[in-house]
Amino acid sequence: MRNEPVVQVQALVKRYGTKTAVDGLDLVAQAGVTAILGPNGAGKTTTVEICEGYRRPDSGTVRVLGLDPVGQSAELRPRIGVMLQSGGVYSGARAEEMLRHIAKLHAHPLDVDALVERLGLGSCGRTPYRRLSGGQQQRLALAMAVVGRPELVFLDEPTAGLDPQARRATWDLVRDLRADGVSVILTTHYMEEAEQLADDVAIVDAGRVIAQGSPEELCRGGAENTLRFTGRPGLDMDSLLKALPPGCTAAEPAPGTYRVVGTVDPQLLATVTSWCAQNGVMPDRISVERHTLEDVFLELTGKELRS
Amino acid sequence: MTPATGTGTYTPRPKAAPLPRMIAAQAALETRMLLRNGEQLLLTVVIPTLLLVLFSSVDIVDTGADRAVDFLAPGVLALAVMSTAFTGQAIATGFERRYGVLKRLAASPLPRWGLMTAKTASVLVTEVLQIVLLTVIAFALGWSPHGGPLAVLLLLVLGTAAFSGLGLLMAGTLRAEATLAAANLVFLLLLVGGGVVVPLEKFPAGVQEVLGLLPISALSGGLRDVLQHGAGMPWGDLGILAVWAVAGLAAAGKFFRWE
Repeated sequence: MRNEPVVQVQALVKRYGTKTAVDGLDLVAQAGVTAILGPNGAGKTTTVEICEGYRRPDSGTVRVLGLDPVGQSAELRPRIGVMLQSGGVYSGARAEEMLRHIAKLHAHPLDVDALVERLGLGSCGRTPYRRLSGGQQQRLALAMAVVGRPELVFLDEPTAGLDPQARRATWDLVRDLRADGVSVILTTHYMEEAEQLADDVAIVDAGRVIAQGSPEELCRGGAENTLRFTGRPGLDMDSLLKALPPGCTAAEPAPGTYRVVGTVDPQLLATVTSWCAQNGVMPDRISVERHTLEDVFLELTGKELRS
Repeated sequence: MTPATGTGTYTPRPKAAPLPRMIAAQAALETRMLLRNGEQLLLTVVIPTLLLVLFSSVDIVDTGADRAVDFLAPGVLALAVMSTAFTGQAIATGFERRYGVLKRLAASPLPRWGLMTAKTASVLVTEVLQIVLLTVIAFALGWSPHGGPLAVLLLLVLGTAAFSGLGLLMAGTLRAEATLAAANLVFLLLLVGGGVVVPLEKFPAGVQEVLGLLPISALSGGLRDVLQHGAGMPWGDLGILAVWAVAGLAAAGKFFRWE
């Protein structure tokens, strides 16, 4: 249906005083769910807020749904949904009242009752915003972002500080949005969130995208994975190596403990187990260590994500 | 990975609501927020009502009029306008800015000028409620107003514009806490020094000249000239209010920061 990117950012630079928040960032987000992953201060929020039309770039170009977020803001705003990292609601407004208000600003909003039910806001619908729990405030902000039936939703750290149950409810909603053809750009510093939700992950550090791809591509790229098993000592590693695809290594670092390093996929696993079967070896404690986004991040930046 | 089509619950159907509907919804919400807020009601309803009743019934200040209420009612109407357009609007908008409400609404289909129009509408609705209430009380206290309604209306509208400009300037430039403190302080100072309940004649001559240029003095003085003394168009006071309105709104337009 839509093949043009939902977000195109080229050579984006944004400085606050002497501090460079975004430093030549390039990002192309296609329809689907794109996660912008990075530590605090990496420039995620600044980038998203420029896409939302809140700030002007110092240089570079930004197109959202093909539009300039500042110059064509009036055209863009009805088509996007925005969830800020915090706030955005009158402190005296009741949760449901605020959601209904945002709905009224759109011509074809979602059914508010159903959305309230869906996000578990029913019990606090009449509670003033200032007395909602942090999780309830987050869910209300999420509801406000989607109630106008936008094409594209920006979620800035949608699950920060949520308990596991509320996080799962948020994830489920993001999956449903995607299934119904809504594109989502979300920022997060949770690896698991990016792995669970995103078609595409952009890893951001120090104001730049340092890697981008599907979670699978990122975990595969560069980082070798390891398969381990134990068996009787002294198996013939040359014979195993011949069975393996090119580029793999096989070794017995300790007697009876074996390690295969390479691109570990189902095919490789089958190769190793059938070699074992041919050689009458029962591979005990077989395990695969696949690299996670966390490892990828560590390798790319040399630092932990949650710093 | 294939983009979905068809009609799911969330299938995009983006479109802004018609502009008049958005502005009406926004104005209704702003008015509800104001009427629900205890501190705001104290400022906009309780204080003007108390001053009107108290100073009319008890001879605290020599108002020089036959009936104190004839002097007080125009002043309290001016105070009501100031309390809503300036103090109330400044404090509410300051906290909306602080809590990201203005930011969130700026990403909604409602244009910024639409938000400002809604705020003005909400101020006007509140003022109508205040004026109805205070007028009824003043009549009950024996008020007998004179003068033409057009002059009164013009004074109220220009006064609202002047105070809105100043209130928004304060809300859009200071921190919310500073706005809260400053708006209340200004309210108190202008209440005392702006001819609301204390005649300007009570102040030394030189001070009177300066106080007479304040928007509250122009509004209370103009309303008093018309309603108490039956004067025609109070051009001088209207002129002072117009200058404040233009300067305040222009400065607010230039310096207002949305977050």
